[in-house]
Amino acid sequence: MTSPRFSPTGIRFENIEKRYGGLAALRRIRFEIAAGECVALAGRNGSGKTTLLRIAAGLVRPSSGELTFPSAAGASAGAAPVASKTKTVRAQATAGFVAHATMVYDELTAEENLLLFARLQQTPDAASRVDKLLDEVGLFDRRDSLVRTFSRGMRQRVAIARALLHEPSILLLDEPSTGLDPQGVAWLAATLRQLRDAGCTILMSLHGESEISMLATRAIRLDAGLIVADTRAGAEVRSILTFADA
Amino acid sequence: MSLLSSTTALLGKELRTEFRSRELLTTTVVFILMVIVLFSFTFDPTYNESRRFGPGLLWLAFLFAASLMLQPCFLREQNNDTLSALRLSVSDPFAIFLAKLVANTLFLLFTEVLMLPVFAILYNVPVLRVLPQLLLVFFLGSLGVSIAGTALSAISAQARMRELLLPLLLLPLLTPVLVASTQVTVGLLDASPYLEWKGVGFLVVFDVIFLTALWLFGEYLLEE
Repeated sequence: MTSPRFSPTGIRFENIEKRYGGLAALRRIRFEIAAGECVALAGRNGSGKTTLLRIAAGLVRPSSGELTFPSAAGASAGAAPVASKTKTVRAQATAGFVAHATMVYDELTAEENLLLFARLQQTPDAASRVDKLLDEVGLFDRRDSLVRTFSRGMRQRVAIARALLHEPSILLLDEPSTGLDPQGVAWLAATLRQLRDAGCTILMSLHGESEISMLATRAIRLDAGLIVADTRAGAEVRSILTFADA
Repeated sequence: MSLLSSTTALLGKELRTEFRSRELLTTTVVFILMVIVLFSFTFDPTYNESRRFGPGLLWLAFLFAASLMLQPCFLREQNNDTLSALRLSVSDPFAIFLAKLVANTLFLLFTEVLMLPVFAILYNVPVLRVLPQLLLVFFLGSLGVSIAGTALSAISAQARMRELLLPLLLLPLLTPVLVASTQVTVGLLDASPYLEWKGVGFLVVFDVIFLTALWLFGEYLLEE
């Protein structure tokens, strides 16, 4: 995958809380991810990883607190909130989101899916951008095949291509290796490594250690909606990612 | 411009996926055909009876068929979480509703126009001389059904008893549309056809009010 030039952007969570009725999904979440950092979120099922990622993507409104995308050029202090209790601003220009589900249409071809989202995002020169991405994710020869005929790994490639259409400077991934075979995981790890090296900020939720978790330079562990561990030390990062599944 | 281009792109997607699967159109056509044919056998409609009962029967068939058609409208978007992808991609969430309600109106109109000759033959009702007026009331009625139905489909798709919830919410809400559309159709199928402007006006007002409400508050219906 060719490395685009990213405008360095970080993510700042300021006292984010999310409640669903009486259930607190996230509590007092406060941390900042520096531009270009690759952060792995770990924790058991229901610990709040997906909710945190969906708030960062602008899909879920926090019950309180603010989310901002400060730029590395020193504009952090004046960055406007992307999400707060009273509003969510579409983070589309800044962030790309790969969810647990593929977020693409089974009844459309790979090319039709990408063209649809490129047009919705008003991507300049959509057709050539789509061709380029299909080539980079190794699906150019299958561009006219319906997505429902694809394997899980191929669908995930389309999903990642969709998230990268607008060359986002932040990439949010929710358990991106789910359902992928070893070759798929290796491809995804190589893709994410290139993006990270090009300056893309990555926040991803993971289960256990894998080729993908090796990319993380920082690990945060959630438990019952609270941050219980946050480290940048290499050995501790591995330990958090393996311990979270125990 | 952004709303228009997004709506066009999404409408293209709605039409393409439907004409590939033909799920909604097949279900709706078969349902309306069954109702029209079955009722034509249960009583022997004379010319006058057809004029009196036909329009009500026709619109009831359209309404129930529409509730079948509207059910999967947003449910389809949940299979692969594509609704989230759309929310992240469009600059104006109203485009999502607009594309869906235009697609639903087109599907309904297509079905109605397809079923009209069958109705005319089985119930011995001449429709050719009032065809433009009938198409107008079909359009206004179908638009009302689609606007309200698309909004309620978005609400019910996130609920637990979603299959039950949509008809429960939709049918009472659409009773005024059903009454007005039936009244106008009765007038058009009369021995001396006339266009009941009061009914047409009511349908226009209903469509404008619900479309405005959807434009103002639609975004909140899509939030998780």
